[in-house]
Amino acid sequence: MLAFLVQRISQAFLVMFVISVIAFAIQDGLGDPLQEMVGMSVSQEEREAIREELGLNDPMVVQYLRFAGNALQGDLGNSYFYSKPTLEVIAEHLPGTLELVIGASLIIVFLSVPIGVYAAIRPQAWLSKFFMGVSTVGISIPVFLTAIVLIQLFSIGVTVSWFPSDTGWGQWLNDFFSTEGGLPSYGRGDDLIHLFGTWESGFFSSGGLMHLVLPSVSLASIMLPLFIRLIRAEMMEVLQSDYVRYARAKGLSAGRINFLHALKNTMLPVITVGGVQIGIMVAYTILTETVFQWPGVGLMFLEAITRSDIPLIVAYLMVVGLIFVVTNTLVDLIYGLVNPTVKLTGKKA
Amino acid sequence: MTTATVSRWDRFRESFFWYSFKRDKVAIVSFSVLLLMVLAAVFAPLLAPADPYDLAQINIMNSELPPVGMSGADPAFPLGTDAQGRDLLSTILYGTRVSLMIGFGAVVLQAFLGILFGLMAGYLGGKVDAVLMRIADVQLSFSTLMVAIIVGAVFKASFGNLMFGEIAIYMLIFIIGVAEWPQIARTVRASVLAEKKKEYVDAAKVMGFGTRRIMFRHILPNTLSPIFVIATVQIANAIISEAALSFLGLGMPETQPSLGSLIKSGFDYIQSGSWWITLIPGLVLVVLVLVINLLGDWLRDVMNPRLYKG
Repeated sequence: MLAFLVQRISQAFLVMFVISVIAFAIQDGLGDPLQEMVGMSVSQEEREAIREELGLNDPMVVQYLRFAGNALQGDLGNSYFYSKPTLEVIAEHLPGTLELVIGASLIIVFLSVPIGVYAAIRPQAWLSKFFMGVSTVGISIPVFLTAIVLIQLFSIGVTVSWFPSDTGWGQWLNDFFSTEGGLPSYGRGDDLIHLFGTWESGFFSSGGLMHLVLPSVSLASIMLPLFIRLIRAEMMEVLQSDYVRYARAKGLSAGRINFLHALKNTMLPVITVGGVQIGIMVAYTILTETVFQWPGVGLMFLEAITRSDIPLIVAYLMVVGLIFVVTNTLVDLIYGLVNPTVKLTGKKA
Repeated sequence: MTTATVSRWDRFRESFFWYSFKRDKVAIVSFSVLLLMVLAAVFAPLLAPADPYDLAQINIMNSELPPVGMSGADPAFPLGTDAQGRDLLSTILYGTRVSLMIGFGAVVLQAFLGILFGLMAGYLGGKVDAVLMRIADVQLSFSTLMVAIIVGAVFKASFGNLMFGEIAIYMLIFIIGVAEWPQIARTVRASVLAEKKKEYVDAAKVMGFGTRRIMFRHILPNTLSPIFVIATVQIANAIISEAALSFLGLGMPETQPSLGSLIKSGFDYIQSGSWWITLIPGLVLVVLVLVINLLGDWLRDVMNPRLYKG
């Protein structure tokens, strides 16, 4: 176990090192900090002097070490656009993204587990087939398209007039397919509750919650089919196993077998995949936040690209890299704890 | 396949592959729809009523016309027009062409990298395997879309908007191909590990064939069916990734739109009620990706029944 721990943590450090090298290369390759600092009138000699003073003429390795040293002390430079430390800018935007991810994760957990388990227990039921069909289609719909359709249906509203409106049933069908609209689809709303530090939460006010609905549903929609399929496949495999058959033979009730014995072992692989998927959700938040103009780190990153705000781009890469590495390492370690049969790669069993 | 001799055609018609295809309605429908879309995209210059790349054919007065069947529609534009007055049907045909080109191109690049690295990792083993698979693991844990977005962002920042727009197709093929190679490399490695232990490989070694010859001439042909299955699904993924990148403004420019950039350009007008500019290309995108995914599922069941047991 100790060897496992050491190996995973040293790997995490190695990955973080590679990310910092890439981030440094981007910072170094894109743009000249001098151009941002001095005007046109500064002469060549003066520029050289400033370059020397800033250490831009030092060897690459020295420059990298300075960059890494500053990064370790929490200094990733100042954003050109916001003109304040990049980490401060990220800290202001991070709660928005985190709340979006939390909202989507809640939707995923509360929908995928019951649906996946149901589809595994009754694979032939029409409802299971319907769910599996919907999830196949769902996998093929890009997240930004789901978001746009949701906006059209629930924010702008749709009036349907396909059926003859002079008959009672036609009018009823028209009303049935029409949607009211009115759900907010822009930003986080203005009645956020201040929690602590830079965290402004939308979870504790009706306005904030309303603003969360459409973005979190969109973000959840991309992961939901994956989880339903995964839970169903794992659960079906577990239901075939010997110990479940034995429990049946012993005469235990179906509910006890399914939910106590089988579900426990189903959730093991789901935890690992789930942990990795939450990291992947960060990529999808960029898309979701763009559609809903949600002021999180994803939208901030995209705006930094259009503004060529290189320090902010680099800081985002470092922070997101850190989040990925930490979640992946934690998931690995937790999995190693709950399932001690995990062996180190290359080690003979 | 068409240049094959009669006997090969007969063999194909008697194969399990053709037999299961004929019996699977979903596969037949998906394949027909895909074939139709590919043909429509290939022959877009002949089929499309207008050329969306030709500025002389565009009239701004025609902008945001609704599709036929709604009030205010013009029968010259069956699916309506976009905000610049381009015929939406023609733009979609050309856009599908761009999306498919990037999808296929990216998968060819992925397959090249994935097969090369997967073969090397699986057959050579040891340090090569450890290093290559570690890189693949890390890249996958970051999610291919994230890698693609970051690479795209860096390219765009270093080339500048105009330059990036001109070479966007090649850039996107490169970005998506490089971002997604681990998927194929892993599959190839797994099958190489299984093949490596078989007797024919030992026989080839005893006969004194070189490592490269054994890798590419003997092992590779036996790993083709899983590669085929995953490559199909990867085309769908590449098309989605391209659409996502274009939607973020890191992909095709509006003057040479793909389905993703059409959706993006329409999204700016959705609040004014012009839903068709976004939702019709969106529907085309979903159908395209869905039929490829369904075909991929079917291929997986046919080519690898071992997986389907659970």
